[in-house]
Amino acid sequence: MLEQQFQSKIDNEIKIEPKDWMPEAYRKTLLRQISQHAHSEVVGMLPEGNWITRAPSLKRKAVLLAKVQDEAGHGLYLYSAAETLGFSRDQMIHDLLTGKAKYSSIFNYPTLSWSDIGAIGWLVDGAAIMNQVMLCRTSYGPYARAMVRICKEESFHQRQGFEILLTLSQGTEAQKAMCQDSINRWWWPSLMMFGPKDSESTHSDQSTKWKIKRKSNDQLRQEFVDMIAEQVKILGMTLPDPDLKWNESRGHYDFGEINWEEFWNVVKGNGPCNKQRLEARNKAHEEGRWVREAAIAYAQKKAERTKNQAA
Amino acid sequence: MNEYLFEYVVHLADDALILGHRNSEWCGHGPVLEQDIAITNISLDLIGQARNFFQYAAEIKGGDTTEDSLAYLRDVREFRNCLLVEQQNGDWGKTILRQFFMSNYQQLLYSRLENSFDRQIAAICEKALKEVTYHLKWSSEWVIRLGDGTDESHARMINAIDELWTYTGELFIPAGYEAKALESGLAPDITALKNDWLNRVALVFEEAKLPVPTAGFAQTGGKQGMHTEYLGYILAEMQYLQRTYPASKW
Ligand SMILES: [Fe+2]
Ligand SMILES: [Fe+2]
Ligand SMILES: [Fe+2]
Repeated sequence: MLEQQFQSKIDNEIKIEPKDWMPEAYRKTLLRQISQHAHSEVVGMLPEGNWITRAPSLKRKAVLLAKVQDEAGHGLYLYSAAETLGFSRDQMIHDLLTGKAKYSSIFNYPTLSWSDIGAIGWLVDGAAIMNQVMLCRTSYGPYARAMVRICKEESFHQRQGFEILLTLSQGTEAQKAMCQDSINRWWWPSLMMFGPKDSESTHSDQSTKWKIKRKSNDQLRQEFVDMIAEQVKILGMTLPDPDLKWNESRGHYDFGEINWEEFWNVVKGNGPCNKQRLEARNKAHEEGRWVREAAIAYAQKKAERTKNQAA
Repeated sequence: MNEYLFEYVVHLADDALILGHRNSEWCGHGPVLEQDIAITNISLDLIGQARNFFQYAAEIKGGDTTEDSLAYLRDVREFRNCLLVEQQNGDWGKTILRQFFMSNYQQLLYSRLENSFDRQIAAICEKALKEVTYHLKWSSEWVIRLGDGTDESHARMINAIDELWTYTGELFIPAGYEAKALESGLAPDITALKNDWLNRVALVFEEAKLPVPTAGFAQTGGKQGMHTEYLGYILAEMQYLQRTYPASKW
């Protein structure tokens, strides 16, 4: 009965709110997805943060700082949205730091050159947007609303990333080579961001029925390929896929097979930077412990004093 | 070109840039997400101020000087920032204290400079003053929180004072360009800012239950280009792309 009411709300496009009844599996699925998403924003600060002190101009430095700061803000919105499902931010962070919770594998790849910052903005934020635009209409209210705020900033990030690459593509030979190299390294991992093929994906069916997801992994991936295959022409660069070709009858680009072995390896923790990313998050957490403790102790003392004064 | 004016403006820019750069090292590594955002905000404000000062300095210098050529193509001995801002971040307490000392100073200085006869300096400082006033408030609150927090945080603040106090005296000892700026009426007498600065430190430290050090020796030289060894590494990192790929657009 409750289950039926719940599903009929979903079918009628009525958002589910924190106080509403929901199936335990719905709550769990969302919690896993939103907290993973929050962790991805926070871990995602690391590869880009890696270039803040080396950004090549004052303007680029400021733009990059603001971008990474935006990602921290996205993490905050998403942790808050996840908390409405009855799990505290401390618990979620604990799960991240102990390796129990996942985050987007893309952030386990290294940023080796300045152009990687452009490639991340264009490809990684670009891929994230495909997913996030869809999530603006997801069935859970707090998640949908967080996504609306986030999407505005993400599309800004994508434009900025593209603009970095555009400048490089019009620069010296060394800059052009740097630009192409970054596209070569980030292209396949960004296609992997959409997750396993529909035929292999375990969570997809139920998520679609609950309207958590509204498009399949393969659908979103195809939209992304179609978009990027056009944009790369403006850069005068190429995508590292000999099979990439416009298919007139499908009205889409065909593209080559993703290296799924690499995908699963990175998911399992064997990516080039999995260790470093978790280490960096753990280090910040440990080194910040005394600060958080002091802030709590001070707040308590202050509350105590106000109480005593009032008495 | 007006040599002392150029140097004067550059020293304001260098202070803001190097402190902004140091703070930016925290981005992604802060003790808690909210404070990661806060320190990055301050960093952004400071880099914004640096850009405004550099753009003006570039105008004074003329030719093909730009904000970026000033930031990225000068070497250690040409930088005019004070020693305080180039010190390593250390722990959160040291970063906070460095910010408090510097914001305290910038707040006093900018509130004089916003009335300078030099319209550009006045306009930049008027805008920056709002930001710096907030930085001062934020860092004061943190100094108090950490000084009066736990035993550990208190001990860490004592340690930070120990490490940084020696670099605060330089703020109030005029370099040649500051003396000339005073002479021409462009800028205030910075020696006269010291009392207000100390009073504010005393006020905040009292609430933080931290001792105000007795005078002590002042390390100087940064404002004349005699830096600590840290600045070279900051520049090596910051200038790496511009130096490796000269004459490129970014
Ligand atoms: Fe992102
Ligand atoms: Fe984001
Ligand atoms: Fe983003």
